[in-house]
Amino acid sequence: MEHPNLKYVRGKRLPHMFCSGCGCGQILNCLLFAIDELKLDTSQMVAIGGVGCSSRIAAYLDTYAVHGIHGRNLAYATGIKLAKSELKVVVLTGDGDCVAIGGNHLIHAARRNLDVVVIMANNGSYAMTGGQMAPTTATGLYTTTTPRGNIERPFDVCRLVETAGGTYVARWTTAHPAALIRAIKKGFTHRGFSFIEVVCQCPTIFGRYALGILDPVKNLEYLQEHSVTKEQASKTPPEELADKIIIGEFVDKQLPTLEDSYLQLEKSVARGEEQ
Amino acid sequence: MKTFRTSELQFMLGNVAVVEGAIAAGCRFFAGYPITPANEISEWMAKRMPEAGGRFIQMEDELGSIYAVCGASLAGKKSMTATASAGYNYMQEGIEYAVAAEIPIVIVDVMRQRGENFPTQSDVMQARYGAAGDHEMIVLTPSSVQELFDLTFEAFNLAERFRNPVIVLSEATISLMREAMRIPLPEELKVVNRKKPVVPPEEFMPFRGEDDLVPRMSEFGDQYKVLYTHNPHDEWGRIAWSPKMYEDLYNRIEKKISSKANEIAIFETAFTDDAKIVVVAYGSETRGSIEAVRMAREEGIKAGMLKLKNIWPVPEKVMRDATRVAEKVLVPEMNTGRYFHVVKEVVGCDAQVISLPKNQGRIHSPEEILEEIRRAK
Repeated sequence: MEHPNLKYVRGKRLPHMFCSGCGCGQILNCLLFAIDELKLDTSQMVAIGGVGCSSRIAAYLDTYAVHGIHGRNLAYATGIKLAKSELKVVVLTGDGDCVAIGGNHLIHAARRNLDVVVIMANNGSYAMTGGQMAPTTATGLYTTTTPRGNIERPFDVCRLVETAGGTYVARWTTAHPAALIRAIKKGFTHRGFSFIEVVCQCPTIFGRYALGILDPVKNLEYLQEHSVTKEQASKTPPEELADKIIIGEFVDKQLPTLEDSYLQLEKSVARGEEQ
Repeated sequence: MKTFRTSELQFMLGNVAVVEGAIAAGCRFFAGYPITPANEISEWMAKRMPEAGGRFIQMEDELGSIYAVCGASLAGKKSMTATASAGYNYMQEGIEYAVAAEIPIVIVDVMRQRGENFPTQSDVMQARYGAAGDHEMIVLTPSSVQELFDLTFEAFNLAERFRNPVIVLSEATISLMREAMRIPLPEELKVVNRKKPVVPPEEFMPFRGEDDLVPRMSEFGDQYKVLYTHNPHDEWGRIAWSPKMYEDLYNRIEKKISSKANEIAIFETAFTDDAKIVVVAYGSETRGSIEAVRMAREEGIKAGMLKLKNIWPVPEKVMRDATRVAEKVLVPEMNTGRYFHVVKEVVGCDAQVISLPKNQGRIHSPEEILEEIRRAK
């Protein structure tokens, strides 16, 4: 008997390419559950991935898929959604892909409230290329490009997206699969820019070298132990939150999407309401 | 709001003619980023797209533009972006993707000097070789406002036919010039659309070339669930690494265009049948050249003219035919002499090819070229 969600995997091609114990397989799994529970029509879905481990998740979905250029996911998505607004678009991206090289597209897609779901796997480094420092790497950590410790400060990507104008923003970890599935489902049903950050383990690179934890289970336990709900965090002094992952929903509001606004504009053009 | 009439002669700005040519060809999505001297293309598109049932967006940068255009084309809309040299640099990244994933898009590059808006033809090599990876490129070179309309229209037809990016290499000279042009009636225009799949989804091989080496193209939301990637992929679109498959894939992508170079060739000739001296030019440099050739003929010099309206893929047969009896070939260009090397490679064994570069932000005058024709006599 095959897994009930295998029907959502392109060509039912498993095993996937991710390392043993990688969080990307879990994110794919949670996404498949969300698709199944919402009974989404996969022939009306486009999955977009850029470059990096997590971006490969897009290629496993039995939907239309763009395995694109590094960081450009949301630019493809903008063209797709304006050309055919009825399509459901989900962007699978990583912290380097989304916030470093793709940072400009991220903030502008959020500002426009483009109706897409962005799932950003955050493993704190560039894992596919060997563990270089990312804009999400914590200060002081050792990576292959910070051999004396990271002297930079990391991005809080959820706060960045909130400030830029995202209308649904949440952060969970791969140690919180049930909450993650709920968040992805909410992202798909939310009209507007939905951003879900998933802090995930990378036992092969980041766990082993930056955290000194090789065992995948211990990596997951690390995520669980360091997670603090936003409610708990609001009652905790900032210095105690330095190495913590604040989880929860940060934004959930309704604003007109880019597509809705364009539709309004077209209606007024059709009615001849021109200056 | 101003609208244009079809069939009548009228004055039009070059950049506006680009927009009207695109719309006539079926363009229904435009993404752009401000840059001089291409701005009027975006501005006119912003007005015209909603009227034509299409959509316009001003993106955050040129990278955003080129990928938005790729996305819209994959969703079934004929799509275009426009920029100028400095912005065109950025777009090479997306052009590479569109080549490898075989996405029909049109890119207008209004060439300008580095950091300034002086006219130039200095992107002729970037237009061909700028993008990474093995590829052939279709590059059209209009020389007037009328040709900006005609060749932008043609660019969409070629993009749809070959599933490849097509570059309209405009120039600051013509993009910001107003001159007489005529929009043809719809029945005079033959619009080409991409071939759609005809088999059930389970049988559809989205990257198998047909007899013309071009695969049929699904669009997002039909039933075919195609995966697009620029990584090596098999005919089903699956990311794969077989060396043989890799070679076959990129050979096909290149040959679907290079093998049709003679069919793609768009050109005009004047007096070449008996010409001992042939001027080979493209873009706005043809304007002074043709006048110079007429003046030379009046002086009894057997001069001729080959005007190239596409420079890539190299129209080799056209060049050879037009210079069959020529002893000297002059190549005036508004750059340091780039395409001269291509002409020399094609006809250099049969005639002496002379580069006439002028890199001062202005085209050669007829008198300047006439002087060179006399000298070559």
